[in-house]
Amino acid sequence: MSAAFFNEMADAAGRPRPHYQAYADWLAASAAERIARKRAEADIAFRRVGITFAVYGEEAGAERLIPFDIIPRIIPAQEWRGLQAGLRQRVRALNAFLHDIYHSQEILRAGLIPREQVENNAQFRPEMIGVDPPGGIYAHIAGVDIVRAGDGEAYVLEDNLRVPSGVSYMIEDRRMMMRLFPELFSLHKIAPVQHYPDMLLENLRTVAPRGVVDPTVVLLTPGAYNSAYFEHTFLAQQMGVELVEGRDLFVLDDVVYMRTTQGKQRVDVIYRRLDDDFLDPLAFRKDSMLGVPGLLSAYRAGNVTLANAIGTGVADDKSIYPYVPEMIRFYLGEKALLNNVPTWMLRKPDDLAYVLAHLPELVVKEVHGAGGYGMLVGPASTRAEIEDFRARIIAAPEKYIAQPTLALSNCPTFIDGEFAGIAPRHIDLRPFVLSGSSIEMAPGGLTRVALRDGSLVVNSSQGGGTKDTWVLED
Amino acid sequence: MLSRTADHLYWMSRCTERAENLARLLDVTYQMSLVPQTVDAEERNWGAILALNSLESAFAVSFDRVTAENVLRFMVADSHNPSSIISCLRSARENARAVRGTLTAEMWESINVTWLEMRTQNFDSILAGGVSEFFDWVKRRSAMTRGVTFGTMLQDEALSFIHLGGKLERADNTARILDVKYHVLRPNGDEETTDFYQWGALLRSLSAFEVYRKVYRDVITPARVAELLMLREDMPRSLRACTAGIARALDLVANAQSAETVRRAGLLSAQLRYARLDDIMAHGLHPYLTDFMDSIFDLGERINSDFLATAS
Repeated sequence: MSAAFFNEMADAAGRPRPHYQAYADWLAASAAERIARKRAEADIAFRRVGITFAVYGEEAGAERLIPFDIIPRIIPAQEWRGLQAGLRQRVRALNAFLHDIYHSQEILRAGLIPREQVENNAQFRPEMIGVDPPGGIYAHIAGVDIVRAGDGEAYVLEDNLRVPSGVSYMIEDRRMMMRLFPELFSLHKIAPVQHYPDMLLENLRTVAPRGVVDPTVVLLTPGAYNSAYFEHTFLAQQMGVELVEGRDLFVLDDVVYMRTTQGKQRVDVIYRRLDDDFLDPLAFRKDSMLGVPGLLSAYRAGNVTLANAIGTGVADDKSIYPYVPEMIRFYLGEKALLNNVPTWMLRKPDDLAYVLAHLPELVVKEVHGAGGYGMLVGPASTRAEIEDFRARIIAAPEKYIAQPTLALSNCPTFIDGEFAGIAPRHIDLRPFVLSGSSIEMAPGGLTRVALRDGSLVVNSSQGGGTKDTWVLED
Repeated sequence: MLSRTADHLYWMSRCTERAENLARLLDVTYQMSLVPQTVDAEERNWGAILALNSLESAFAVSFDRVTAENVLRFMVADSHNPSSIISCLRSARENARAVRGTLTAEMWESINVTWLEMRTQNFDSILAGGVSEFFDWVKRRSAMTRGVTFGTMLQDEALSFIHLGGKLERADNTARILDVKYHVLRPNGDEETTDFYQWGALLRSLSAFEVYRKVYRDVITPARVAELLMLREDMPRSLRACTAGIARALDLVANAQSAETVRRAGLLSAQLRYARLDDIMAHGLHPYLTDFMDSIFDLGERINSDFLATAS
């Protein structure tokens, strides 16, 4: 089985690939004690600075360190250019799709996507019909998960268009690598990523409501108990904008203000890290204590920009995912540059029958699930787990999709415990794509690594770690 | 600045200050309990700490007798007691965490490390390591946090709210310590029964023992102790110094609705500045301190509604 995995660092003969050669030489020449000391140093530094994330389902307020691995994931410039072009194309098409379904719905009228797939989707927000966000942008920040399969080809696993997180780790991992191993940065020409907060702020300012000259941007967080709270504080601080909670904002005559020690101050752009459901108790969930009453109305009146827009979830939903190559053809007249993973939609009887017959080899996901919760990885599951999942699928097939188990590529990774040392672990890549007056991204993105032997789930909530991601310049 | 941010900074500062004052008070009481004393006196001294924080009934829920160990256990490491050192440090850290983007990296690290180290302790490990060592640690961590705060923070509104919280808490703590100890030590108002050790301990708990010697160069008398802790401008923990600090900080953050609060803070500061000890004593120290604590409470409420409240 392991022969089928693509190894990022070494070729089939076990020789380092050209873009890993300098690193491999350096690693071979480094004393094991020094590496061990540096790893411990990284751990202490991360904890002292409080780069942690809260874990759902554990003791309230429990914080865990996301493990950081010191072996970088290296991407050659040529390969990154290809990915970048594919990402630009994909995000353009997704934004065009969102604009279309909330306006003339041409793609539905053309019959390319079944109407009920969109309109009955829980993430479709009728409130957004006819609303014109500045620049026609809906997904200002997209986190597109990319994996490399056994054939060495890149596949998009999912498009995160709601509140993608992880970019703070991309930046902190880089800072840590530079602190631990400065010499590596003179050995390689590594494209910098630390300017991401500047790019983000610039992006948010360009999408301010029409006529606003010097917009006030804020970051809206659910609060200190959110799993990504560290990132919210980090980004707000790096951008120099206020980190606000719902209770800090209020709406008066369709204008959003924040409460300050000097009275009320108008807010023009809200980078919100709060799900649609919680944004406005008057419009969505009535029990939300996290939102701002009247926010939707202010938004519809065009007095404030929300990034991302409301209702983007319909475009990254797993039931819509299979249609993305179709969107690219329809809106851009182009062929998709990045591959989609073949997907069975279990609401279709034929697909359902096939999947039920092949459960042990497939990955089954909840259509609305995220974060690695509520999924079945067939090859890694026991018979009992598979049978349990089978019952859940049969009870509500429309809630699931299935995909072949991808042979996620490996990257050498330091592991602790009984077999301490370097071992291959599966990885993915989440580049962060910013859409405003243009589409920009920091080179690379966040590489997540599944630390458990054989595990294909890289989510931090499921024991995943991170690696610094290097895009080498020519 | 966001009202909520100011609120977190203000409480972060109050909780840090409260933990330190508590450590001082407990340390001194503990030191004094090493001097031979009657069971009665022990109960009175430790009971006074509970009275100081109005915690007698909360204490009685978990403990049947007022002993040194019980009170220490309750006030140091009992996380159900919101006034314990561990609760204050947790709360300081929670408030800091909520606004860590406003703090300098060193400040956040200092407060976070304090909490991480506190979390590895429990009362038994503290007993084993020596309670005085623990109290020293609390004071040291507080001094460190204060040091990086004033050494690294931009001198803007955020710092003013940190000042405001710290000074308000300190004023309240000094007044409470003086009020309760004065009564424990002079139950009959009898000047002759002055206990050098007890008054010395009170001064030490406020880091004022050496200061007293330097200022008065004379034996310790209750009246002078009261004067030092209330009316000396140059004594950093005195009521006068604290109220002057509150008035200064309020001037810096004043907004459209805070005129009355600024006026009251200025009035309180001026009253202490021009007060005479004889007048206070004639009026009665206890009623005077009670009025003072009411004024501090009132200022706290007004600061809350003028600057910090997030409800419109």
